[in-house]
This record gives sequence, structure tokens and C-alpha cells, in this order.
Amino acid sequence: MAEERRPKQCTVVLPTESMKAMAESIGVGQLQEESCAALSEEVSYRIKEIAQDALKFMHHGKRCKLTTSDIDYALKLKNVEPLYGFQSQEFIPFRFASGGGRELHFYEEKEVDLSDIINTPLPRVPLDVSLKAPKEQQKTESTEPLKAVKPGQEEEGSTQKGQGATSAEAKGKKDGLMRMKPRSTHELSVEQQLYYKEITEACVGSCEAKRAEALQSIATDPGLYQMLPRFSTFISEGVRVNVVQNNLALLIYLMRMVKALMDNPTLYLEKYLHELIPAVVTCIVSKQLCLRPDVDNHWALRDFAARLMAQSCKTFSTTTNNIQSRITKTFTKVYNNCWLDDKTQWTTRYGCIAGLSELGPDVIKTLILPRLTVEGARIKAVSDGPVVSNIDKIGADHVQNLLLKHCASVIAKACPLPDNVEQYRADYGYLGPMLCSHVVKARAQAALQAQQVNRTTLTITQPRPTLTVSQSGIGGSGGSRTPSIIKVPSSLTLMSTRPGTPTQPSPPATKYIVMATSSGSSSTQQVITRTSSSVTSTVASATSTLQPLVKLESGGSRPLQKYIVVSLPSSSSLESKSGVLPPSSSTSPILLEARIKVDCSDSPGASTQSPH
Amino acid sequence: MAAVQDGQLNMEVEKDIKTEITNDGSGNINANSSSPGSTSSGGKSKSPAGSGEDQQTLLAVLQFLKRNKLTESVDILRREAGLSADADDSPVSDSAGAGSGGVPNVSADGGDANSLLSRVSIATPSIETSSGFGCGSGGRACRLQCGEDQPDVNVVLSAYSQQGDPVLYPLYYNGLKKFIESVLDCHRAELSQVFYPLFVHMYLELVYNNHENEAKQFFEKFSGDQECYYEEDLRILSSMSKKEHMKGNETMLDFRTSKFVLRISRDSYQLLKRHLQERQNNQIWNIIQEHLYIDIFDGMPRSKSQIDAMSGSLAGEGKRDANKAKVFYGLLKEPEIEVPLDDEDEEAENEEGKPKKKKPKKDSMGSKSKKQDPNAPQQTRIPLPELKDSDKLDKIMNMKEATKKIRLSPDNLPSICFYSFLNAYQGLTAVDFTDDSSLIAGGFADSTVRVWSVTPKKLRRVKSAADLSNIDKESDDVLERIMDEKTASESKILYGHSGPVYGISFSPDRNYLLSSSEDGTVRLWSLQTFTCLVGYKGHNYPVWDTQFSPYGYYFISGGHDRVARLWATDHYQPLRMFAGHLADITCTLFHPNSNYVATGSADRTIRLWDVLTGNCVRILTGHKGPIHSLAFSPNGKFMASGATDGRVLLWDVGHGLMVGELKGHSDTIYALKFSRDGEILASGSMDNTVKLWDTLKAFDDVELDDFTAATGHIHLPENSQELLLGTYMTKSTPVIHLHFTRRNLLLAAGAYNP
Repeated sequence: MAEERRPKQCTVVLPTESMKAMAESIGVGQLQEESCAALSEEVSYRIKEIAQDALKFMHHGKRCKLTTSDIDYALKLKNVEPLYGFQSQEFIPFRFASGGGRELHFYEEKEVDLSDIINTPLPRVPLDVSLKAPKEQQKTESTEPLKAVKPGQEEEGSTQKGQGATSAEAKGKKDGLMRMKPRSTHELSVEQQLYYKEITEACVGSCEAKRAEALQSIATDPGLYQMLPRFSTFISEGVRVNVVQNNLALLIYLMRMVKALMDNPTLYLEKYLHELIPAVVTCIVSKQLCLRPDVDNHWALRDFAARLMAQSCKTFSTTTNNIQSRITKTFTKVYNNCWLDDKTQWTTRYGCIAGLSELGPDVIKTLILPRLTVEGARIKAVSDGPVVSNIDKIGADHVQNLLLKHCASVIAKACPLPDNVEQYRADYGYLGPMLCSHVVKARAQAALQAQQVNRTTLTITQPRPTLTVSQSGIGGSGGSRTPSIIKVPSSLTLMSTRPGTPTQPSPPATKYIVMATSSGSSSTQQVITRTSSSVTSTVASATSTLQPLVKLESGGSRPLQKYIVVSLPSSSSLESKSGVLPPSSSTSPILLEARIKVDCSDSPGASTQSPH
Repeated sequence: MAAVQDGQLNMEVEKDIKTEITNDGSGNINANSSSPGSTSSGGKSKSPAGSGEDQQTLLAVLQFLKRNKLTESVDILRREAGLSADADDSPVSDSAGAGSGGVPNVSADGGDANSLLSRVSIATPSIETSSGFGCGSGGRACRLQCGEDQPDVNVVLSAYSQQGDPVLYPLYYNGLKKFIESVLDCHRAELSQVFYPLFVHMYLELVYNNHENEAKQFFEKFSGDQECYYEEDLRILSSMSKKEHMKGNETMLDFRTSKFVLRISRDSYQLLKRHLQERQNNQIWNIIQEHLYIDIFDGMPRSKSQIDAMSGSLAGEGKRDANKAKVFYGLLKEPEIEVPLDDEDEEAENEEGKPKKKKPKKDSMGSKSKKQDPNAPQQTRIPLPELKDSDKLDKIMNMKEATKKIRLSPDNLPSICFYSFLNAYQGLTAVDFTDDSSLIAGGFADSTVRVWSVTPKKLRRVKSAADLSNIDKESDDVLERIMDEKTASESKILYGHSGPVYGISFSPDRNYLLSSSEDGTVRLWSLQTFTCLVGYKGHNYPVWDTQFSPYGYYFISGGHDRVARLWATDHYQPLRMFAGHLADITCTLFHPNSNYVATGSADRTIRLWDVLTGNCVRILTGHKGPIHSLAFSPNGKFMASGATDGRVLLWDVGHGLMVGELKGHSDTIYALKFSRDGEILASGSMDNTVKLWDTLKAFDDVELDDFTAATGHIHLPENSQELLLGTYMTKSTPVIHLHFTRRNLLLAAGAYNP
């Protein structure tokens, strides 16, 4: 019979101090302690009584919250004049004050200037009560229609829980309608539809000039928000299809679209990240992105997408969506699987490392550096061991370069100065010595960079998507070079004004540029030329980059075949030979929009590559 | 007709009022008299003496001042002297002689006060002499004074005057507790029922006799032992720690004015009696004699679960003989209307009721209503309004719809359509649907009533009188012509109340709407003109609910004043007043045959009233919280009720017994409805869910014999989970009304609560 003890109920009374304070407020000065006690008991009782009556009004008002009006009605019930002026629907904000040994809770009433009230514009009239019922459900036999939901819009909740799932499911339905506005479908105007069609066609079309224009438009036009859901669906669907078909060029185009969307200051992508991020991540870690992994340069795409990813993490990660940590987790998970599983493709491994590295030096330090030893061993196994397959070798090389590049700068910052090769070997195993030299270079470079900033952006784009597939076969012959554009876009400044876009140079994000040149009729000494078709360890020396700002166009019959090279500022010419790493597939078309940073840290990377 | 009922009620009400008045009038005197009397026994002997000296000097000074015409000083002195000045008033005013007009009053007051003082001082010696029971007799003296001043309160409270040593109270209680814990298991549960009323009355006695501290200790010591469902009452009780609080406290009056009813088997009762007599425990015995009504039955003692199922109300269970009256729960015979099942064109001609060859084709419902149900009341037991042509039309429509009705079963659950009220920031307090589901009315906390049409047919007002005179009255479409097209809209707002609208009900013919409000009125609105036709004044306090009879014309209302009133729309005074509930009437409902009215109350009982005689024919106890929803099954045989405790209880109206308990909701149930054929019960609650229950199964399991009916040995199957057919959640919308359309589609309504 005895239930758990209830909390004491009868002892709560108002403190006598309150009585004193109240008495003072109405001008009664010296109230005796006894009177206070008697009063407080009486007042407490009355308050309880009123509160209990007020509860009735709350229940009949079908509410769960006691309001001031309930108290008013309860007072009215007792034939007491209600308290006027407390009409707050919310909780009354009592404030606390203490001083002179007394503590008070009070309701702050500010003095209001009447003219202020009169002069302020009238507030908007609140919406009138309306009745809403799901019309289509009024027929007894109707089944719940599937509603098309705009991408990104959260699902309106019609929750149903049936006990007898089979029977209740189909029949019982019920809508807690929470939206006040009926859902509107955003119809695109005819112009917008045309625009959308043009833009998407141009973005994946064959004409590079058009594409540039289209991307420019996406990146700058202010009125695109209505098309944003369509764009994001277009991209995510496009990636899905083209990954399966291994259509590298289209994937690259789509990633450029993503970048353009991110560049547009009037668009806010957060609502569409659920479509964009999977697409981007796919482009980073997918096992195969192109038809011929041994020759096509999908590495650049991975790098580019990784930077996009890092960029969106930086921009959109909040405490609620946790994008950054979720992405990091994803990469790490895949990466960890790589450790465990030797069979994991080097491509995926590369993607993970690239993705992680772009997330910043902290991530590198905590997640990549500890793995260096193991990874080094694995690379060693591939490069030193019996010739497995060319693809593996290429992959291992790329991973190695990537690791060296990213880790060197981090280590340079983190580790104490004396760079001892043996120490490095002990710490990082196979990669130790190479790392050591990289670090040394990085330190030197850092010292240099402290004085001058030298950077430029080099964009190499490949105009004809058809070339990607059709010519790659020809590329195998080595003779034919696909025409390329090497161009420094005039939008260089625009890109740098958008902070944090992938093209913006950031110290660790050094890039080597791989480019394909045309068969060479137009190649001049200014063009960075591929000299060797050998798959690895070819260093293209770009002597021309020493020239300050050389612009060269090879016009003529083939308008697409133009090379524009913007060289480094003269300061960088101190480095006589800036190494540009060649792509693994010399003939494959490469499309990347990357920053070339010719600094000394790259050439050692290239040189260390050669020994094996 | 209502006179018999009224008499009793009026007395009670008057009593109430009087106590309040006397309270106010005598407040000062009480304070004065009690302060010397009750402060402390030590101080008591001293203070009269001390004040006596002071009085002497004061008196002298005052008279000196008076003589010198220093009236201002006299006033000041008097004011500052405070209490003693009052006492000295009489000689002073006497000496002042023929002064102001207020003298007689003053002297009367003074005399009173003096006599009070003297009486206290007379009482003082007795206090000192009778050491042990000192406080007690002091209290008695006090009561005497009060008795003289306030005879009414005395009547109410005097029962508490006899008492023993307050210190012994816990001992008494503990002794009984030990005894009951030691008896055989079969008796223990029954005897445990005694605890709560005993506890309450002992506490009240202590409070009444000014043993504040003892009362507090007593409460703290034993309140934890009480059943958890009494918590609410205990809270009220606990706040009552002074005698002054007892006057005007409704709960207290409830305890006093009504005997707490316990049903105990003869064996158990004998056991208790013997124990108390052996121990000479008169204290407890007196309480049992005076404040409890022990309903003794012969037979097996009831088990704990059986008792728990029935207890929980403010005043114990209903007496057995209270539920013995016969209730005609059968349905009235449907008027004979020919139903043209196939051809709709003929319906206009057929409505006159000409005999037709289609008789055999009548559906089952029609044929069932042919023969008189033995349980049904006489067709003419209460006068019912005659059917109008439009009503017949509606009945025909109803039957047509009924043929298209979906047969519900656990495998074939109804679809639910939820009507959400959006932007109802002011608070939606009541909703009703018309029977044909064409209109929805909502009552709001901002005193408005709004009516919506949920069919494409818009709401139109009748034209003004001037315009109506221009209409050709002979034309066929005169009913169309009288409507003002300009006023067509989907919703109309009805203004008139001056407080939140808590109850709302459509008339069956859809011409009227009733609303009840905090302002104490029930209003009748015309849905033709959208104006208020009548304001029924009778309740002085908020009217929590109102409901039309299923045949129209009559309606019932109930509210804070604990009285349910039966009205007819064309009388501005109630036809019947149903008094008996011990707390607010929270919901009202007509029986489908219109001969009975059910009311649910905050005293946690449901009462069924006979409309004809005005008698209470059923008292149903078992809920543990205020009842907020009621529903009769379509055949009139069963009833469901929902309360703040989140449970639905099922009742057999004929036997007056609980037949089922549906657990599942976690908050107040505001809506209950049986499907059109009674197979499914839908319940809607504050916890934002609608639940469907299999009532066929629930009622099938019930087996009743005379014995259980007589003693309340009910066996509630623990099968809530089996009976629950589905739970449907809204996002954030409390369900406050449910309605089955004629085709068995379930409509629900509530205000979205962001």
C-alpha cells in the first residue's frame, strides 16, 4: 500500500522577507516578524488555493502550460479582482536582484514613452485561425499519395505507427500538420528553364569557351537560387552515372560546376550538401574513375575534389551537421581499411590521403603521420618487389609523392630543427630519408617565403571531352598529343577574392602540374612540354616559367590549341629548375584547374622519385 | 418538476454563501479573539493581566483627553493603542455620550469584543487546571465563540469538535495500521480502504482544533502511506494547515458534507469492529461512525485489485443501492420512414411515410428498430420534439450513407482524417462536428466561436427582413432564395461570450449551435443567421461543457458550480437540476435514447441521471483523476470514459459496473468516440495520439452475474495491449475531438501547438 514517499507538501511557505518587501511596497513600514509569519502562511495558502483553481482552467483550456489568464480566471472565481497587465503568453521574465543582504525577484517593467508606441508602425496582423485537413484523405478508401518533395526540403511529417502493421499501415493515417504555409512548388519560368538547359549543356558540352562562360555565369549570377535544387540534382545524378561509365572528363566538368556553385556568393549550398558531398566524395575515393587507370590522369581529379571537399567543410561545417568530423571519419574509415587490406586499390588510398591532407595540418599530424611507416613499407613492397602491375606501381608512386608533399610541410613546422636522416628513418621507416630531404627543402622554402610571396595560378584545361576516351587509345602510341589549353584565366583575381576556394593558394597545397601538350606544332619554348613519354620519373623542365609573365597564344587554324603560360613572378626564377611532375599518362587529356606553385620543395620531390 | 431537486440544492448553496459572508464579517473578531487564545498557553495567563493594567491607564488618559476636547489626540492614541483601544471603546464611547451616528455600532462591537475577552479569561483557569487536555478545551471554547458567531459554519464543522489528545493521534493511527497489517490477507485489502478517509478526517480534526504542529507531523508521517491516486487531494489537504483555511475550502466541505463510502464484506467489518472495541479506540470508532459510510455486503472479501479498480473518487465508491435503479438503456424505436434505396428522385414524395412495397428491402438497422427493445424506455417517456420534414430528409440521408458504411473490424481499421487548426494562438478549447460531418465548430479561449464548412457548400446568412419581404414565397427554391449569396464564406465567427468557450455542441438538425463559456452562460446560436438567439443564465461559474440531446430540443450543461442543468431551447430556465457531484462537472453527455444524462466530474465519479425524474441512477467510480470525456456506445448499453490519468474505463450501463480498463495514453484523454456500429473505440489525448481499441472483444469478455453486480467483485482482464488496435501520432497536435462520419471515417481535430 505504501508508495514511495512523496516530497514534502505542506511545508512550502513564502519567506517572511517577501511579506516585508510587499508591505514596504504599499507603504507599511515596520511589520513585525510575527505578523509576517502569520501573513506569509495565510498568503501561501491562498496562493495554493488559487493555483489549484487555475489548474482547472488550464485543463479545460486543453493546454499543458499554466498561463497568467488561468490565474486571472481563478481569481475571478474567488470574486477577487484579477491582476491586470500580466498578459504574457510566455513565461514572465522575473529578474533577480540582491543587495543590502536582501534578495528579490522582480518583474521588470520599463517605462515606455507613449509617443514611441504611437509612432511605431503597427505590427503585422497575425494570421487568422484556419482549418486544414489533408483533402485527399477524406475519401475513405484513399491511400496516402506520395508527395514529391523538393530536394532539400525536409519531409513533412506524417507519422504513423500501426500496431498491426499490415492492417493499420494501409488504413490509418494521420497528419500532424506543422507547416503554416501550404507547400508551394517552385515553378521555373520559361527563361529560367532555357537558361538551365543552356548552362547544363555548356558545362558538359564539348566547347571549352562555352563551358568557361557557363561556369563563370554559375559562379557570379545572383539569381540562381531557384535553380539550385536542379543543379545539385543534376550534379549528383551526373556523378552517379559517369562514375559507373568511368567518364573522367564529365566527372571533371561536374566537379568544376560544384566549384562554381560554391564560388557564387549569392548561393547557400547548405541545404543541398546531402547531394553534393556524396558526389564529391565519390570523385575522391572511387576505385576507378577512368577507363584506363594506367594512363589517364584521374589523380588530378581526386586532388581537385579533395580540395573542394576541404573547402565545403570549412564553409559549411557547423556544430549541428558536423560535416568536417563526419567526412574525416569517412576518410579514416576507408583509410583504415586500406591498412588492413592490402588489396585496396592505390587509387582509393590516394583519394583518402588527399582528402585528409586537404583538411589541414592538424588532420595530417594526427591521422597520417602515424601511418607513414606502414605506408612506406607498403610502397617499398610495390616498388622494390617483383613487378606486379604497372597500375600498382603508378599508384604507389603517387601515394608516395602525395605523402611526402603533405607531410614534409607539417613535419617542418612540427619537428625540431636538426633533421637527422637516421632519426627520420627510425620514425618513418622507408619514407624517412626522402621525407628528411623534403623537410629540409620545406624549411628553406619557408624561409624564402617569409620574404616573398611567389605564386601564381596555372590552369590547364582540356577542351574536348571526346578526346578523353577516343584519343586515349591513340595516346598509347605516344606520338599524338592532344591539344590542350594552358591558360591562366582572367578570372584569376576573382578566384582569389573568394576566400577559401580550392584554387586559393594555401602553403601546404602545393601542386604539381601535369599537362598534355598537343602534337607540338604550336609548342614553343614557352610551353611546358612533355619531353618524355615514359611513364614515371620524368621531369618536365619548364624553363619558360622563368620568364616573367609571358603570354603566348598559338592561334591559327585550331583555335583550341592555344597555350597560355603565365610564368612565375621573377622572384621564383631564383629556382632555376622548377620541376613539374609529369602525369602518369602523358597522352591522356588532363583537365585540371590547379595552382602551380613552383617552389623548391617540388623539385626534390621529383628528384627523389627518380632513384627507383 | 425540478423542485424536489432544487430544494436540497438551494439549501446547500445558500449555506455556502452564508458561510462566506459570515467569514468576511467576522474575520476581525476571529483574529482578535484567537490571538490571545491560541498563541501559547504560557503567554495566555500573562497577557490578560498585563493588558488589564494598560487598559486602565489608557482609559484614564483617553478620558482626560476627551474632557479637554483633544479629539485628534484621542484618535491618534487609539490608533496606536491598536487592540486595546477596541476593548476600551465601550466606556469611551459611553463617556463621549451622544456623539456621532456610528456609536451604536461601535458599542455593539466593543461589547462583543469585551465579552469575548472575558470569556477567554474565564476559560483560562480551566486550561490551567485540566493540564492534559488544556489545548483541547481551549479549542472548545474557541469553537463555542465561533458557534455563536457563525452557526452555519458550526453545523458544518462541529463534527470535528470532539477529539482527544492530539499527541495520541499518530498512536491511534499506527495502532490501526499495525492491526490491519496483521490480519489475514483476504481482509487486509478491504480494511486498508479505511486508511485514507481516516487519515483525512483525523488530519482535519487536528487542524480544526488548532493543533497545527501535530497536524503537520501527522501528515508528514502518514501521507506517504496513502494510495498514490489520492495525491491530488492530499496536496490540497496539506496546504490547509489552519482552522481559518477550513471555512470556504471546497474539498474540506466535501469531506464533511458527504460520507466516505466504503464497501466492506461482513467478515472484515466484524474484524475491524471487534478490534476497535477491544482497544477502546473510541477516537477512530467515532470517526468511522460519523464520517464513513460502510456498505456491508455478505460474501467473499474483495481482492486488492478489485478494490483499486473501483476506488479513487473523492468520496469513496458509490453505494450499492445507488446503482440499483433500473436504467432503460435500449434505444428508442426509429420513426418509420420509408427509405428509397435506389431511386433518389423519389425521396421527396416518399418522405411522407406512405406504405411502399420496398419494406422487405430495408436494411438490418431499420428492421431492428422495428420491435421494441425490452430495455428501451417507453417511446413517450419523455416528450420529444416531433420530426420535421427536414429531419426526415436527414434521416433518409443518414440511412443512405449507412448503407455505404464501411464495416470496421480489427482487420479493417478506419481511416483517420485530422483537421488541424492552424494559427490558433489564442487557444482552441472545444470542437464539435455535425453528425453529417459537414460543419466544424471551434470554441476559442478568446471568447469567439468559429464555424467552418468542410464541404464545398459555403456558409450563408439568411437575408435581412427587408430583403426577405421581396422574395416570392411561392417559388420552389424559396429556401435557396432566402440565403444571401453575398455573405457566403467558408467560415463564420460568432461573437458574444466574454470568456473562453469551453463547450460546444451542434444541434442534430444543424440549425443551432450551443456554446458554454467561462462567463457562466450557455449561448444558443442560429446557424441560419449566425447570430446569438438566447443566452441561458443559470450557472454563476464557468460552464465546462454543454451537449445537445440526440433528438434536439433538450440540452445539458455542467460547470464549476457542481450542478448539471437540463434545459430546453425554448425555456430560459432549466427544466432539471442535477446536484450531487462533489466537484466541478467537467463533461456532460446525453444517452442515445435521450432519457438519461451522464456527467463526469472532477470528483472522479461519473453519474447517470434520469431526465424524467431527475434522480441519480448510477454512480460510477474508478477513475483516479478528473474525467474529461465520455462516450456512449451506439446501442446505449455501454459507456466509455477518459480522465486525466490517461486511462479509459468501460462501463456496463445496465449493471452499473466497470467492465474494462484501457491503458495506454500518457496524458489527459479529451476525446472518446465509438464507431457507428460500436466495434471500435477511438480515444484522443493530450499526448498527441489517437488510439483505436477493439471494443467488441472488450465487451465480449465481460460476463456479469447478479453477485458481481451487487458487490462489485469485478474481474478486469489485463488485456489493454490486446485490445489496442493502433496508435497514431500527430506531430504536435493534442487531439481534442473525435467523430465518426456516417460512413465510419474517423475525423479528429486539434490545434497545432508549435
